[in-house]
Amino acid sequence: MNNPEDPIIKGRSVAEDGIPKTNEPVSSAVAGPEASTHRHEPHQPPRQHLPQKLFEKRKRVHNKRIDGPFRRFKWLVMLVALGIYYVTPWIRWNRGAYAPDQAVLVDIANRRFYMFDIEIWPHEFYFVAGLLIMAGIGLFLVTSAVGRAWCGYACPQTVWTDLFQHIDRFVDGDRNARIRLDQAPWGPGKIAKRSFKWSIYLLVSLVTGGAWILYFADAPTLLREFFAGEADPVAYMTVGILTLTTFTLGGFMREQVCIYMCPWPRIQSAMLDEKSLLVTYKDWRGEPRGSVKKAEKDPAHFGDCIDCLQCVAVCPTGIDIREGPQIGCITCALCIDACDRVMAEVGRPRGLIDYATLEDCEREARGETPRSPWRTLLRPRTVAYSLIWGSIGAAMLFALGTRTRTDLTVSPDRNPPFMLMSDGSVRNAYTLRLRNMEGRPRDMEVAIEGLPGAVIWTDTIGRGGAAPRQMISVPADQTRAVRAYVAVPRGTPAQDFSFRVTSQDEQRETALEETRFSAPGEDG
Amino acid sequence: MANERPSGKRIDLPTGTETVGHEWDGIEELDTPMPRWWLWTLYLTIIWGVVYIVLYPAWPLIERGTEGVLGWSSRGQLAQEMRVADQSRQTVREALSQIPIERLPDNSPLMAQAVAGGRAAFLVNCVQCHGSGAAGSPGYPNLNDDDWLWGGDLRAIEYTITHGIRQQAHDKTRMSAMPPYEGVFEPAQLNELVSHVLSLSGKAPPTAAGAQIYADNCVVCHGPAGGGDRAQGAPALNDAIWLYGSAREDVARQILDPRMGMMPKWERRLDPVTIKMLAAYVHSLGGGEDFVEVAKDPEIQVDEQP
Repeated sequence: MNNPEDPIIKGRSVAEDGIPKTNEPVSSAVAGPEASTHRHEPHQPPRQHLPQKLFEKRKRVHNKRIDGPFRRFKWLVMLVALGIYYVTPWIRWNRGAYAPDQAVLVDIANRRFYMFDIEIWPHEFYFVAGLLIMAGIGLFLVTSAVGRAWCGYACPQTVWTDLFQHIDRFVDGDRNARIRLDQAPWGPGKIAKRSFKWSIYLLVSLVTGGAWILYFADAPTLLREFFAGEADPVAYMTVGILTLTTFTLGGFMREQVCIYMCPWPRIQSAMLDEKSLLVTYKDWRGEPRGSVKKAEKDPAHFGDCIDCLQCVAVCPTGIDIREGPQIGCITCALCIDACDRVMAEVGRPRGLIDYATLEDCEREARGETPRSPWRTLLRPRTVAYSLIWGSIGAAMLFALGTRTRTDLTVSPDRNPPFMLMSDGSVRNAYTLRLRNMEGRPRDMEVAIEGLPGAVIWTDTIGRGGAAPRQMISVPADQTRAVRAYVAVPRGTPAQDFSFRVTSQDEQRETALEETRFSAPGEDG
Repeated sequence: MANERPSGKRIDLPTGTETVGHEWDGIEELDTPMPRWWLWTLYLTIIWGVVYIVLYPAWPLIERGTEGVLGWSSRGQLAQEMRVADQSRQTVREALSQIPIERLPDNSPLMAQAVAGGRAAFLVNCVQCHGSGAAGSPGYPNLNDDDWLWGGDLRAIEYTITHGIRQQAHDKTRMSAMPPYEGVFEPAQLNELVSHVLSLSGKAPPTAAGAQIYADNCVVCHGPAGGGDRAQGAPALNDAIWLYGSAREDVARQILDPRMGMMPKWERRLDPVTIKMLAAYVHSLGGGEDFVEVAKDPEIQVDEQP
């Protein structure tokens, strides 16, 4: 079969499954006798090898312990961030007898958001939206000034990954020991170590998820209920989900989240420019790389980089910063600490890897003196972001300072729109919602404006007490719905008028709400 | 070749994956293994399914289905939820059944609950005649206003709901009849009388002849000034509210061939607590009257304009 002399298949044969095939159409006129049985054989052109895999298999990161100014700064940020997260729910704040005493409380059940002296009602949610906008613009500002500082220091994924990597180091030892343990076969020792480590992971995750729910209810009560098994199912579910996400995202996925899952690196790379501070390897100084020995032999040829790979070893995302700025770099600057240490040991100036702007890098490469990193912070773009950020903040503070804690909404009865009384007068009914947003009960005066001769009474006051204005007491921090009846003398036409509510305290806050008085004869 | 398998399967070189061994015109299929997470999800759903089948109703059989060891059913769950809802209302209902209706306004939280319960019952039982806003229609009284045929305090309303109006063969029902005057009056006399009735509320000029006819025929029930009489459900003729219309022909028709509304008695259809809640709701619509001690002294005139 597989005969090279066969005229049909000569030179063109594709013999992958033992049957020679051709990619050319075969005419039966020229084909040999056997060819007719082959010409419809399935065949395909020769395959070509793709140069590389399309999928990069994960390389586990075992970052080496390092100490230095940036590592210490990272410790500090971690301490502050975790401190804020765990301590905040326990801060008490006296708001009087009618409001909870937790300083920061998102009271979803009662639709209130407390933050120290500020209390937000659902209709004031734009304050929260404004805070979120400020957080967004704050990230723009930080990114354009100091690059991905958020990613490197303050992002929860970074903080918790850092925490878990310290646990790794605590249980399994430093980089080399961890690599060895990874490669070691499973045995009693490895099982013990792994289960011990994962138990710590789980504990940390549980504490992470557990702290989250304390923001949504009175912390001491909830904590006691939680462990007594009396808390709401949603509390257990939330803790369960957050424990699971912390366990997987912080314990196992780590830098994969930053590189593949998080959209923020992509957005940030669009916001960085040549004036943003980056963690950069100064290749004009470091290249070509060569060990200390090689450099001693030929000092003119080699650069400062001695190719010790310490910058790779300490990197929490496992990248090589010498390949240039890349999406995996969260700019935590631990490689700066590592490189500076090595440079000090080999007696070369620090800053082979350093915070620098691309512009300054070029300048430095040309032999000019670079500007101080601090000076690079001040430029039109950062100033503009700061101004936008600040003005939103100022506007919100102004709104917060001048907002009124008294409000009124009016909904007229539609069915029936008006009521003829036996004496010929006409009565309309309204549902008034009096909002008392202060943490104390207040008396409020409800008055009618723009409706001559009108009297008002309510479901509790009774028509005997009808008067042009009524006093209604509203409980602390609540909306009181009042059914109000307004009656006008016979012959008053339908018209618009207003309810005015005035708080009866030294603030004398007032709210005006226009509505309609319906009467017979209107609309047929 | 080296990558051939006896079954016609071979290893695809670029991907390193085995083919399934079929070829269709040169197109081959790779036997790419399922992702492990997918397989594990599949196994978990199978396990979940088995557990579910054991615990819950699952397999349909000829008459019924398998019941599951937990004994759960959607009907049972509904019944359970209804029981819980009933129980949560039980305390309110008990409190309502014990409190005398005269005392109900003093207990404003209970009154508010009664009004809310009454609103629900009203929407089921009463809107057919009185309308969803309780504003009535010609012949069906408006319950929002302050004009009451049989009395507008809580007890009177409760009595009316309980025993109905003009119910046959029911001793306690509100009963009265306006006699028909068909053929009694000359047309001119009728005209005078209608004028007088309308003059009571200022809608027509008074006439002496009309007043005389009124005094002879109507005063007994409707009163000299047309104030009506709640004891027998005689409507007030001197106010702005007319159940069957205030035009001359409406009034004339009501004199000659009176229509008299009926209202069902709800005594055995609704339990006393529901009736109490309905009374509270109707009373709360804006025209409810305070108690006047009518029972002690029938001579006391109920205040028409409280």
